[in-house]
Amino acid sequence: MIEFLSQPWHWSVSGALIALLMVLLLWFGGKFGVSSNLRTFCTIAGAGKVSDFFVWDWKAQIWNLVFIMGAVIGGFLASHYLISSGPLNISASTVTYLSSVGITTPQDFSNGGGFVPEEIFSDPFSLKGIIILIIGGFFIGFGTRYAGGCTSGHAISGLSNLQLPSLIAVVGFFIGGLAMTWLILPSILNLQ
Amino acid sequence: MIKFIKFLIAGIIFGIVMTKSEAISWFRIQEMFRFESFHMYGIIGVAVGLGAIFTFLLKKTNTKTMYGSELNLTPKTMSVARYLIGGTIFGLGWAMTGACPGPLFTLLGHGIWSIAIVIASATLGTLAYGVFRSKLPH
Repeated sequence: MIEFLSQPWHWSVSGALIALLMVLLLWFGGKFGVSSNLRTFCTIAGAGKVSDFFVWDWKAQIWNLVFIMGAVIGGFLASHYLISSGPLNISASTVTYLSSVGITTPQDFSNGGGFVPEEIFSDPFSLKGIIILIIGGFFIGFGTRYAGGCTSGHAISGLSNLQLPSLIAVVGFFIGGLAMTWLILPSILNLQ
Repeated sequence: MIKFIKFLIAGIIFGIVMTKSEAISWFRIQEMFRFESFHMYGIIGVAVGLGAIFTFLLKKTNTKTMYGSELNLTPKTMSVARYLIGGTIFGLGWAMTGACPGPLFTLLGHGIWSIAIVIASATLGTLAYGVFRSKLPH
């Protein structure tokens, strides 16, 4: 069983499981939308004192905190017991481009690697580490709340429910993502 | 307490799916935005395609939650500025960190501790949105 699950999963299997999880969360009385938890964090930390936006019934969202706690545990379990021993199947053209901007793509998932580039995540207080992790994180938190949702809330739940606002948000995700990837990120990655 | 266990289990499955789908991979997100692989489009495409069929059927059959209440499928308020600007800012961050909010938590479970910096600054970003909200176009 473990061996079977440890193989790389076909994208269609992953996509189908995400759709099933969305239905399950709806049936449980919740919904699939991870970024709302960041607002809950702010409220718990006392942000209600600086903005009414954080005065809300966050206790009705505790299930969502439990869900992301599960996401942490799931990551732990998968990284310990379900890591594929095969090669990292990143497209050769991406690997070539990344090496031209100083990012090494690992060959496989050994020693906990293969998901994030060492050059950025092992040295978070280097110039590019600070820019990518701190500014990038800030954009995620600001943008997702401004847009009212992230990949789970808009791209999966919203598009599945045929919501035009979600389609506009997803277009925005790609405008930002493409501009960053093609125009801005190469210069950041080339910083020493 | 018991009612939370099902969400914990759903979260654990989600963390495993995010890992095995490689949607938590910074490299996969670069590959996606560079249009050099179908992988991420396949995942999102199947999730949305099946998700749309399931959502249609849930509405058609008037399915309720396990507690008998209405499903949480409230339509979103229409606007362009809010979704387009907010979405673009989110996209900039997604392409930088290679992670959207779900994967941030799964990567933490992988023991990639520097992701905690991203989670902390994302929380600050949400705080900043709350503070400046009334001055932004919606």
